[in-house]
Parts: sequence; structure tokens; C-alpha cells
Amino acid sequence: MAYSDKVLDHYNHPRNVGSLDKSASNVGTGMVGAPECGDVMKLQIQVNNDSGIIEDAKFKTFGCGSAIASSSLATEWLKGKTVDEALQIKNTDIVNELSLPPVKIHCSVLAEDAIKAAIGDYRAKQSAKSSAPAEQTVA
Amino acid sequence: MKTPIYLDNHATTRMDPRVLETMLPYFTEKFGNAASRNHEFGWEAEKAVDRARKQIADLIGATAKEIVFTSGATESDNLAIKGVAEMYAERGNHIITAATEHKAVLDTCKKLEKHGYRVTYLPLKGDGLIDLDMLKESFTDKTILVTIMYANNEIGVIQPIAEIGKMCRERGVLFHTDGVQAIGKVPVDVNKDNIDIMSITGHKIYGPKGVGALYVRRRNPRVQITAQMDGGGHERGMRSGTLNVPSIVGLGEACAIAQREMPEEMKRMRYLRDKLTSKLQAGLDEVFINGSMEHRLPQNLNMSFMYVEGESLLMGINDVAVSSGSACTSATLEPSYVLKALGLGDDLAHSSIRFGIGRFNTEEEIDYVADKVIDVVKKLRELSPLYEMAKEGVDLSKVQWAAH
Repeated sequence: MAYSDKVLDHYNHPRNVGSLDKSASNVGTGMVGAPECGDVMKLQIQVNNDSGIIEDAKFKTFGCGSAIASSSLATEWLKGKTVDEALQIKNTDIVNELSLPPVKIHCSVLAEDAIKAAIGDYRAKQSAKSSAPAEQTVA
Repeated sequence: MKTPIYLDNHATTRMDPRVLETMLPYFTEKFGNAASRNHEFGWEAEKAVDRARKQIADLIGATAKEIVFTSGATESDNLAIKGVAEMYAERGNHIITAATEHKAVLDTCKKLEKHGYRVTYLPLKGDGLIDLDMLKESFTDKTILVTIMYANNEIGVIQPIAEIGKMCRERGVLFHTDGVQAIGKVPVDVNKDNIDIMSITGHKIYGPKGVGALYVRRRNPRVQITAQMDGGGHERGMRSGTLNVPSIVGLGEACAIAQREMPEEMKRMRYLRDKLTSKLQAGLDEVFINGSMEHRLPQNLNMSFMYVEGESLLMGINDVAVSSGSACTSATLEPSYVLKALGLGDDLAHSSIRFGIGRFNTEEEIDYVADKVIDVVKKLRELSPLYEMAKEGVDLSKVQWAAH
């Protein structure tokens, strides 16, 4: 299969690889996929609690080149956005940006799911903090 | 050293220039039809075909009259299985095969099931070998054929062919083997191995594509096969169609070269394969060899690189041609059914690479490939959340994954 130049670029130079402290209250972690399906994405956001802006985003992905590129692109897009803006990112945006073929659309879906899961985790931590500050749930 | 490097020799091989040389005259000045009995052109073609028949027979310990030319191993497998099923239908309707056979065998068996035949698909042991006790228990008084490949195309595991053949012989059951990966690579002898029918192809042994053969035993027992194509009654009535003389000449020459050079070549292949294996094992942790290392083609290495997905690995070593058991590289989006039959989890099947070493590979190439794979696996593990979790001591099999 021929890969688009953008997929190759993200694969060869993945952006924002790494991990954030998953126990920090302003870090949201999303882990989606399963090893037996051939892809697992971990996507993390670090949010500035005052401004609500995503200051940092990191990923690690087990999967094909398109899965790696989709999650790498997602972290690029997340940085500087508010949490609400981030929720507007659609898998079709990723498909278009990376020119993913139909057989790789699931990679973009997984990336969108990872964004939603990370934000969901962040929001759960925030509401847990305001309602019951003593008890922190770890995802 | 030139890139890309070809290490996918179980898929196909580069034609040996010596093979091409012998073929060339049969495209042009020696163009006769081997079935033309009444002029020089026909005799010349027939002579060339007979010589090829002898070269093939010599390689496998058969006689020239036992070689039937076909278009390749898929046709040979079809002809063998359907031909026996039809010919011996009155004697029984049961066929035994194995889960890791090539699709040309498995899908032929499935087709026969639709026509009332019963097929037993033997599971494999973890090392990729047939369980002989299980085979023994699978025979019924309706069994007419056992079809089990000589060496597997993905993991290179060589089955106990002589023992399987002996069991069949004792029970009066015919034994077919798909020999495409084994002949010319390791010693194959239809008599010592108790083989009754064997599929052969040209392009896996540095010969041309689109030509193959079927060995059909003529004595003890005399095997009969119903033709699956109607026509001029060529090849003793088993396979009609004008013979593809240039390719047959090439197949014959490929067999002759393989026979002549086998002892030397086996040593060299094993040396290169073992070097690749030990370099990868020394450079990386958490790698697993799929299939028995003891009963294996010297050309084959099939390795799983844990926590790395196969397609992304192939992408990183894009100047090396290999295959992966990953679903992402297959048309069906399913991970390798061969690896799954060994009991491998889908995750390890997704992480596997098949290296197929061949006659034209050099030691320099093997060194380059080993270094490159080690580099890319390390890089991808840096990217892998699974590797990170494993290093943190998380038991990945206990994690509740959100499967999709």
C-alpha cells in the first residue's frame, strides 16, 4: 500500500511522543483499542485549569503507520485548543488531512475516540475534585 | 549493496540466469508443439519436455513418467485433491488435512465439503508440527486421502512426512503433499517419504512463474486421478492443454541446479538464517521465534517482535522486502491463520515478520537487515504504550481493553 507524504512524515517524525503524569489532576488520559485488534492508542492532555486551554498533549501508539500518524496529528491539533474546541475534532478531519484510504479510516476513528476519552478522563477528575476533593479516581 | 533487499523468498524467487538461458531458444527458433508427432519441430519440443521431466523426477527420486505438468501449485493441489476425490468416490468420502495448509488446499477441501465429502482439519502443536497420534485417530474406513504440506510457507516448519506417509500406506489411504516450499531446498524423496502425490511449482525454486507439476505415483500403489479439465488428453489423460515448453524447460533446469547445489546451498542458507536470528536476539529483548527451529527450512525465520505492530515495522524497513502476519498487511484484515493455529494470540500474530532467505542474498544484506530491524523495533517500542506498560509491570493480558 502506498502511504501519503503526510502519513510518512508523521511516521518518520512523530510529534509529541511520550507520557504525562497520569495521576495529575489536570492531566486527562485516554487509552483506546486492543492489542488483539492490532492497535492501541494512549493520548494524554494537560489542561491549564485557569484558561481551560490544552497546554500539552502526548501520545504513544501501537499500530500501523496510519494509526501512529493519526494520533501524532491529533496531539498537534490539540495543543492550544480549549477542551470544548478539542471536542469538535472529527475523524473525517484526520482522514482528509492525512489522505487516509478507506481501509485505514478506523485509525482516524480511534484517534477521535482517544481525544474524547482523554477529555472525559480530565473532566471526570475535575468534577471529582469539586464534589469530593479527598477521593481521587484513577482511570 | 543494492536496495531494496529481497527477503521474501517464500512468496517467489528471482529466476536464476542459468534457468533463463536454457529457456530462451524455446520461445523463438524451437517453438514446436510437444504434441506434434510428425515433424522435427514437435520432436525437438518433446525431447526438451522429456529432459525436464527427467530432471524434476531425479530431484525427488521419482521416474519421468510420474511427472504431470500443470500451470503451478494451485492447479496441482486442485488436481490432486479433486482428482482423487472423484476417482475414489466409491471407496470413501473422507479427507484429512491440517489447519495450516495453503489456501489452495483448504479452499479445495471446503469446496468438496459442499459436494458431500467430509474433511478433518487437524490442529497443530505449538511448534507447528502435526500430532501424529491425532492423525492416527482421525482415519476412518471412509478415508481416501491425507493432504499435508511438506514445509509451511509462513513458518517453514517441516512436517514428519515419512511417518505420515507410512501411516497412510498401512491403511491403504493415498497421501498428497504440497511440496512447493520444500523441493529443491531440502532433500525430498517420494519413496523414502512414502509420498503418493506431490505438488511442485517453478517460481519458488528460481524458475519461472506459471508452471508447475504434479508427481503421481505409478507403482505401489498405482495412483489414478480424474482429470479436472477436458481436452486433448495430454499428460496421460490427467491434464489436457498444450504444454508450456519454455517454462517446462525452465522448471527442469531449476530442479537440476537445485539438486546439484543443494548440499552447499543448504549450508549457506542456514548460516545466513542463523546469523540473522542471533543478531536479532542479541539486539532486542522480547522477541519470539514462531514454529520449531529444529524441524524447519534453513531459509526461514518467522519472528514476533512483541509490542510492535507488523505493518508499522514493515513501513520502517521499507528498503527490505519481507512479509508480516499482521492483519493490516492482508487483504482479509485477519491476522495470519497459520500463526493463530499455533496458538499465538492475535497480538503476537500482529507483531510477526517472515524472513525468507534465498540463493541471491549476501551476508552483507543480512547484516544490514538485522541492524535495520533492531533500529526500527527500538524506535517503535519508544512509541508503544504496550511496551511502556509492560516495563511498568502491567500484565497486558489482565487489562480490560476497549476492543473495537
